[in-house]
Amino acid sequence: MTSLAFVDVSVKYGPSVAVQGFTDTVRPGEWLCLIGPNGAGKSSLLRSAAGLVKHEGNILVDGSPLNLRSARRRAALVAHVPQSPSMPDDMTATEYVLLGRNPYVGYFGNESKHDRMMVARVIERLDLEEFATRRLGTLSGGERQRLVIARALAQEAPIMLLDEPTSALDIGHQQQALELVDSLRREHGFTVVSAMHDLTLAGLYSDRLALLHQGHCVAAGPADQVLKAETLSEFYGVSVTVLHEPDGTVVVVPRRTVPLA
Amino acid sequence: MIGPAGPVWWRVPAELLNHLPFIDFNTGATELQSTVLWQIRMPRVVLAGIVGAMLSIAGASYQGVFRNPLVDPYLLGVAAGAGLGATVIIVAGRASSSSWPVDPLPIAAFAGGLIAVLITYSVGAAFGAGKSSATLVLAGVAVTSLATAVQTFLLQKNTDVVRQVYSWILGRLSTATWHDVRLVLPYVIVSTGVLLWHRRLLDVLRVGDDEAQSLGARVDRIRLTVVIAATLGTAAVVSVSGLIGFVGIVVPHLVRLLAGSSYRRILPLTVLFGAAFLIIADIPGRILSDPAETPIGVVTAFLGAPFFIIVLRSRQGASR
Repeated sequence: MTSLAFVDVSVKYGPSVAVQGFTDTVRPGEWLCLIGPNGAGKSSLLRSAAGLVKHEGNILVDGSPLNLRSARRRAALVAHVPQSPSMPDDMTATEYVLLGRNPYVGYFGNESKHDRMMVARVIERLDLEEFATRRLGTLSGGERQRLVIARALAQEAPIMLLDEPTSALDIGHQQQALELVDSLRREHGFTVVSAMHDLTLAGLYSDRLALLHQGHCVAAGPADQVLKAETLSEFYGVSVTVLHEPDGTVVVVPRRTVPLA
Repeated sequence: MIGPAGPVWWRVPAELLNHLPFIDFNTGATELQSTVLWQIRMPRVVLAGIVGAMLSIAGASYQGVFRNPLVDPYLLGVAAGAGLGATVIIVAGRASSSSWPVDPLPIAAFAGGLIAVLITYSVGAAFGAGKSSATLVLAGVAVTSLATAVQTFLLQKNTDVVRQVYSWILGRLSTATWHDVRLVLPYVIVSTGVLLWHRRLLDVLRVGDDEAQSLGARVDRIRLTVVIAATLGTAAVVSVSGLIGFVGIVVPHLVRLLAGSSYRRILPLTVLFGAAFLIIADIPGRILSDPAETPIGVVTAFLGAPFFIIVLRSRQGASR
């Protein structure tokens, strides 16, 4: 199990600041969920940990700086699932999952028998066998999302970064995908950092929430401490009722601000 | 077998067989026929195969690194640069150069092609920060226009060589010699080898720069290596064959239709199909206006342009 630490991480695009001085340590096996309005810096933070944007400050994996690693080594530590993955229509599902093995294949090498077996196991684990030879263009949104997770799983990275993993899914598939990530996390001891819009789901599946606003982390902690009506109203400009279920689940319910006529 | 001055058809394979080591028999072909076959027809066929293979694999590779199925090996200005180089030599007077030990035309074309691509690359890198392939492509368009403009200007000043320049530009496999084959073969072997080595990585690039990078691929380095290898090979074949268009688009697409979209299959197959395609495409040119020749560039364009439009149509609405 592996920890992921952000130490004073800032991300800038030219003069505009996307993330300012973010510090947090995600414990091994923990699920941290980044929430916050659009443009708050959630994706930028995830992309910085994936090595896709330049950042200031340090990102440490088990205490050692990530940016000193080679691209392949980093990919073996951190798997990144983007918000809208590009999935070539005419690529087959197996070919797609096999891409996850890239960090373990040399520049001029080819996937080994072990790589192919690993991919077959992942496909089996996620119940994707019937799609294995299908082209991505013929699959539904839910099936594609499972394939993206399969690719990340094939990457065998102890840290998973999920950028809006459920934004394109209906409520049933949302639950399915998050249950899958959660059970994989418990099975393999993954450390997970995700960005999510649905606050109830975010609180339900993660161990801890971090609320970002204009690049700053303005609140962090367990769901019942972060998801408060007044906090959400301040940073999202939203009117909500927060309900607390007997089992500890925090439910965020939007309210109409204009009364029914 | 096809064309003026041909022996009876069955003597051709017999004569070729005769050239294999340890095989020696009387094929019944005359000395002249034997020479025509071995010194004129054979290098032409072999060169067509090499050129076809190189242009096709270069096309498929460019399409891979730029993630655009309509990109061709002339994209970054190789063709225009080579054309300009050739024009300069022809205008400067090839008559005076006929006593040279080597023909300066292929060398000038090769140099012109490489210089054009270097300019494209430095302009693209200067303004695109090496990140965006769109900048590079646009730089290629600009360099192509510039080189073409200079070439047109030179031709306007020297209208007497227009015919000569055009016959070069439109492809000239007809004058192929074994010397040409020996000249391009090393470049083509190295370039093809490097490209074939990258076939798995081209599959990784299919998910886009960001995702390929998060999977541990050094996208910029891969793109640069592939572009250099493809360009070098293209410049080499262009220098001996002239500009033969559409091969680099038509062949990779045919292969995609037959073998799917994985570059692991596409790249090796384009080599075979490309060689076969150009050897076959060279035949109508010999017959159409017998005993003169129709330039092969005209033939491939006649085949390629409609094909290109069909591909465009079938791609409509379909995202890659």
